[in-house]
Amino acid sequence: MSLLFYILAALSVLTGLGVVLARNPINSVLSLIACFLTIAGHYVLLNAQFLAVVHVIVYTGAIMVLFLFVIMLMDMNRANEPHKKWTTKLAATLSGCLLLLVLLASTAKVMLGGPAPVLSPDMGLIKNLGMVLYRDYLYPFETSAILFLSAMVGAMVLGKHEPKKI
Amino acid sequence: MGQITSAIQLIPIEHYMILCLTLFSIGVMGVLFRRNAIVILMCIELMLNSVNLLLAAFSAYHADAGGQIFVFFIMVVAAAEVAVGLSILVMMKRNNNSVDINLLSRLKG
Repeated sequence: MSLLFYILAALSVLTGLGVVLARNPINSVLSLIACFLTIAGHYVLLNAQFLAVVHVIVYTGAIMVLFLFVIMLMDMNRANEPHKKWTTKLAATLSGCLLLLVLLASTAKVMLGGPAPVLSPDMGLIKNLGMVLYRDYLYPFETSAILFLSAMVGAMVLGKHEPKKI
Repeated sequence: MGQITSAIQLIPIEHYMILCLTLFSIGVMGVLFRRNAIVILMCIELMLNSVNLLLAAFSAYHADAGGQIFVFFIMVVAAAEVAVGLSILVMMKRNNNSVDINLLSRLKG
């Protein structure tokens, strides 16, 4: 069964690369949706069932559809996006690989056979999570409501089309 | 279901760390690689999701539900960020008729 993890991991990395390398923004969005679905599969493997459902609904259902709407409404699906010079692309690829190397090297000290996974099948269920969220993390929860309100107001103010005064 | 969810006992957490670091580096590479502002926002989403996956992995390996709560908060921040970011992009497209980030260099003033 652990083969499932490796298949999902390979799919995640491949679709993640597809996001970066696709020429058309629509293809990038579709690759990112596939990547998010594989990440939801990882959540199911990690006993986080409620998290997997919320991830699919919020990311794949709401955020990526919003991206798709904006791309289609703004008529950007033509592949005529100006591309960077190949030297810049080479530098970007090199710096990405170097960042990966540095991150892996810096966490190599931590990788001393971490803790054995504790099997608790009911930890990711909504009952358990709700108890933790509303008991220990109540103030961050309320603060996130204020953040949402301000983001909503900001999006409306920015999106409103004001006619030129002069 | 029990067979699937017990599969993580065979997978060391190092593999999850390698996977998440790879996804994060892909996101950083995409931010440097592309000029389309929408694709850059999507790469930021990819980075946020790699961090989410790592938090969920640590939460499962330590049997602590706090990690999953953190993932919810990151989702909240990502949703707010996308709402504001996309409306900024729509405005930029309306004013400049392009979403090339090089046009934003005039913000330097």
